[in-house]
Amino acid sequence: MKRIISIVMAAALIFCAALLPSCSQSKVSDDFKVGVIHIGDPGAGSGYSFAHDQGIVAMQKNLGLKDDQIIRKNNIADSDAAATKTAMEECIEAGCKIIFGTSWGYMETMAELAKEYPDVIFSHATGYMSNDTNFNNYFGRIYQARYLAGIAAGLKTKTNKIGYVAAMGIDNSEVTGGLNAFAKGIAAVNPDAKVYVKVTNTWFSVDLESQAAEALLDMGCDVIGQHCDTTAPQLAAEKRGVWGCGYNSDMTSEAPKAHLTAPIWDWGVYYTAAVKAASEGKWKEFGNYFGGLKENFVDISPLSANCADNTKEIIDQVKKLIVDGEFGVFDGKQVKIEGTKVSLIDEALKDNKGNEIVKAGGECLKDSDITGKINWYYANVIEG
Amino acid sequence: MNTIINFIFAAIKAGAPLLFGTTGEILTQKAGNLNLGVEGLMYMGAFMGFMTGFYTNSVTLALLAAFGAGAFGSLIYAFLTVTLKANQNVTGLTLTIFGTGFANFFGEMLIASTHGGAPKLSPDFSAKLSELIIPVLSDLPFVGRALFSHNLLVYLALVIAFICWFYLKHTRAGLNLRATGENPAAADASGLNVNRIKYINIMLGGGICGIGGAYISLINGNGVWNNGCINGQGWIAVALVIFASWSPAKAITGSLVFGAFTIFQVRAGEFAATFPPLAFLSSIPNAFYVMLPFLVTALVLIITSIRQKREGAQPASCGVNYYREER
Repeated sequence: MKRIISIVMAAALIFCAALLPSCSQSKVSDDFKVGVIHIGDPGAGSGYSFAHDQGIVAMQKNLGLKDDQIIRKNNIADSDAAATKTAMEECIEAGCKIIFGTSWGYMETMAELAKEYPDVIFSHATGYMSNDTNFNNYFGRIYQARYLAGIAAGLKTKTNKIGYVAAMGIDNSEVTGGLNAFAKGIAAVNPDAKVYVKVTNTWFSVDLESQAAEALLDMGCDVIGQHCDTTAPQLAAEKRGVWGCGYNSDMTSEAPKAHLTAPIWDWGVYYTAAVKAASEGKWKEFGNYFGGLKENFVDISPLSANCADNTKEIIDQVKKLIVDGEFGVFDGKQVKIEGTKVSLIDEALKDNKGNEIVKAGGECLKDSDITGKINWYYANVIEG
Repeated sequence: MNTIINFIFAAIKAGAPLLFGTTGEILTQKAGNLNLGVEGLMYMGAFMGFMTGFYTNSVTLALLAAFGAGAFGSLIYAFLTVTLKANQNVTGLTLTIFGTGFANFFGEMLIASTHGGAPKLSPDFSAKLSELIIPVLSDLPFVGRALFSHNLLVYLALVIAFICWFYLKHTRAGLNLRATGENPAAADASGLNVNRIKYINIMLGGGICGIGGAYISLINGNGVWNNGCINGQGWIAVALVIFASWSPAKAITGSLVFGAFTIFQVRAGEFAATFPPLAFLSSIPNAFYVMLPFLVTALVLIITSIRQKREGAQPASCGVNYYREER
């Protein structure tokens, strides 16, 4: 009897052991290590590196990685190629199979190392370089979220003047594309509104950003959008008793009386997908990543109570159009709104000099054009 | 007209923190010490002022803390350069790095310790530093808005600059200070305590720089703490000392000019739109306006060195440590 029981038990054990790999299919093996190169300090509690690191933490949770499977290199200046290289080589030595470089300036070092270490995957945020085997870039369609924020702004404005504090000028496609999407969203709900742009030429300056916002407020703008890193523009708007749309984080906590909604990122969506693909050996099919609303990679923060009536109804419908792929923002279509009824019409995409970028009903701009070649301002944008 | 009024208002507001930094640095240099740590001192003042305001809700305590932080930072500098005779340039640069790190390190902790990661001053505190409404004066046409409706700290900057001008020009202590900066050996021989004068004025100057930092964190940040908030303003203040040819009175106009250049970056387009003859302004790249203050400083340096006037020149012993034994 004993023998039979032990045989049964042993069989059960073997059966369980065989089941185990299939149970933990979404789990990454224990020796798969992930390297992350941060430009700043992820422990900051807010800001760029923090947002990326929250994504890494989410990935770790989703895939069940242990703490020692993630190797972070913090405060690596992206202008310092030698420091970047050292940090990445330390990751490789520690056994990292995939390395995320979160800042623009790491790009060339990563391209170089990708050749040197063909077994390691290099994944670079915000850049444009890649190869077909072990080096990709990842970024998001934040312009889709900006279009939605533009709707909230366009519905809110009373003076029909909306301000935008832009970190970089017209030649920066990321900033200009985002501004154009914001402006097109405004135009959809408020054809009379104009968007005034002030460029600070820096990603981070408390002084310049609040000075730019104040200049816009002096001009009569009553909603302030922004593509820059501090909360100063939103706080300046709050001080004047008007409204604004922040960026990167839900700035409602800083400017509760002014903030409408902010375009935000969820880097965890990408990090989870990328680490999963890499650990399962499916990297080859993964390629470059340019996720959007559909992938939940970008979104807008919850609409605050400051938003105009019906904002939520309208935005939810427009969001669905974008998620379903019916509307691509930079195409020959525009959202038309009657009451809370949302429909799509054909409309040429024109710049503010009257040039036609996409003809009415035309196809959406190619991804490479969106990331690199938007060097014009949308029809309702005024520089100055 | 409104364009001009708003422009002047914004220029004064942007110039005020520079005025603090410049006045402080003038006092320091008049004592014969070139302190390149203004940026660091402003950072320390910015953080200590903000944190004190955040926890105590008192403007007075916040300003005192900012002054104290600046004075403490410059005490380190004074000890190293006056007592230990360390190289002034190196010590100043180190102080900049130290102050920046100090503010960002503790700023990080402040951010992490607050709910939602956004340390924000209470509305009550911000109201005390909001733009003033002065009876009669604020209602005057044009100048009412441009000159007489600023926040309290703008007027504090002006008062401090005026007091420092008076102190340097019309008091015995100021004369002693200038003598020390020009020729410490002669001052020493005439019975002045050179080290004491240096210590006192370096610390006073540092404290004033600290208030300038608090101006940026309390006013320009609109009540929320930002790491990296000073962002090079301390260096502009150092350039402004040269522009103002070591006179607190000239520093007032100088800071206004520098403030105006800064504001031009974001308001040139408005001028172009309001005044058709100025339409060319909007076609000038922004970078040009960013460059202007430094270009003008370089010009001032060239002009003063050609004129070779003793008045308005850098104090003769500035940057050189005083060794009593080598007298």
